[in-house]
Amino acid sequence: MWVYEKKLQYPVRVNKCDPRMAKFLIEQYGGADGELAAALRYLNQRYTLPDRVIGIVNDIGTEELAHLEMIATMVYKLTKDATAEQMKEAGLGPHYADHDKALYFHNAAGVPFTATYFNAKGDPITDLYEDIAAEEKARATYQWLINMTDDPDLKDGLQFLREREVVHSQRFREAVEILKEERDAKRLF
Amino acid sequence: MEWTDERFKVYQQLMKEIQAVDFVLVELNLYLDTHPNDQQAVEQYNDYVRQSAALKSRFQSMFGPLYGFGNSYTTCPWSWKEAPWPWQV
Ligand SMILES: [Fe+2]
Repeated sequence: MWVYEKKLQYPVRVNKCDPRMAKFLIEQYGGADGELAAALRYLNQRYTLPDRVIGIVNDIGTEELAHLEMIATMVYKLTKDATAEQMKEAGLGPHYADHDKALYFHNAAGVPFTATYFNAKGDPITDLYEDIAAEEKARATYQWLINMTDDPDLKDGLQFLREREVVHSQRFREAVEILKEERDAKRLF
Repeated sequence: MEWTDERFKVYQQLMKEIQAVDFVLVELNLYLDTHPNDQQAVEQYNDYVRQSAALKSRFQSMFGPLYGFGNSYTTCPWSWKEAPWPWQV
């Protein structure tokens, strides 16, 4: 089971109401390379992975849930004071019509979240390669998002998340090496 | 309890310290998952566990539980459900 902590992993601040930026950020909430897809991918894969790498996949999956909460907090703060008119101007009219200010798992273009965004092939090295690619794609997405805002507080939170993807990618690469070593050691005997 | 500006400032300051210490723990945890024999990292981890526990007991005595489900003591009335929630601050 999980234990909820009444704290964010890293402080989330925004210095203005900016529903347009929220529309872009939702990519990392319910998009293909977003935090929900990441958390579900890893937490689902861990059941059938070899013991030596379950820990790292379990723990990165857990950290992704904290990132999901950070993204949600950004979206919430960027839209909470917006009027219906401002939502409409920001391109969030279709979202507002269906959800008001409630968050919804879709990408920046409004496409609903789907389990087809990630896989579980059952071949551990193949699955870890997918994880490495997912982290690199998330890192790139964070960079594109950073490029689109001039809010220094928001940039700070996004930079934290971008750096975490770099670390996760590194840890998954190490997990691949651990499995390769294990495989090669088996061949020797 | 009343949320004065002063009280909120203390909340934010202590929270920031907890976030900083717990970040080190997340980072070391992931590192140790793939480098389990790094003695120095293990010592650092245990040191930060102590720091985190001390900061959290201070925070919780002032602002209520950080955890439900038996992982924090509670006061009467039950204060776990009280705001602020993380996205509200
Ligand atoms: Fe990640």
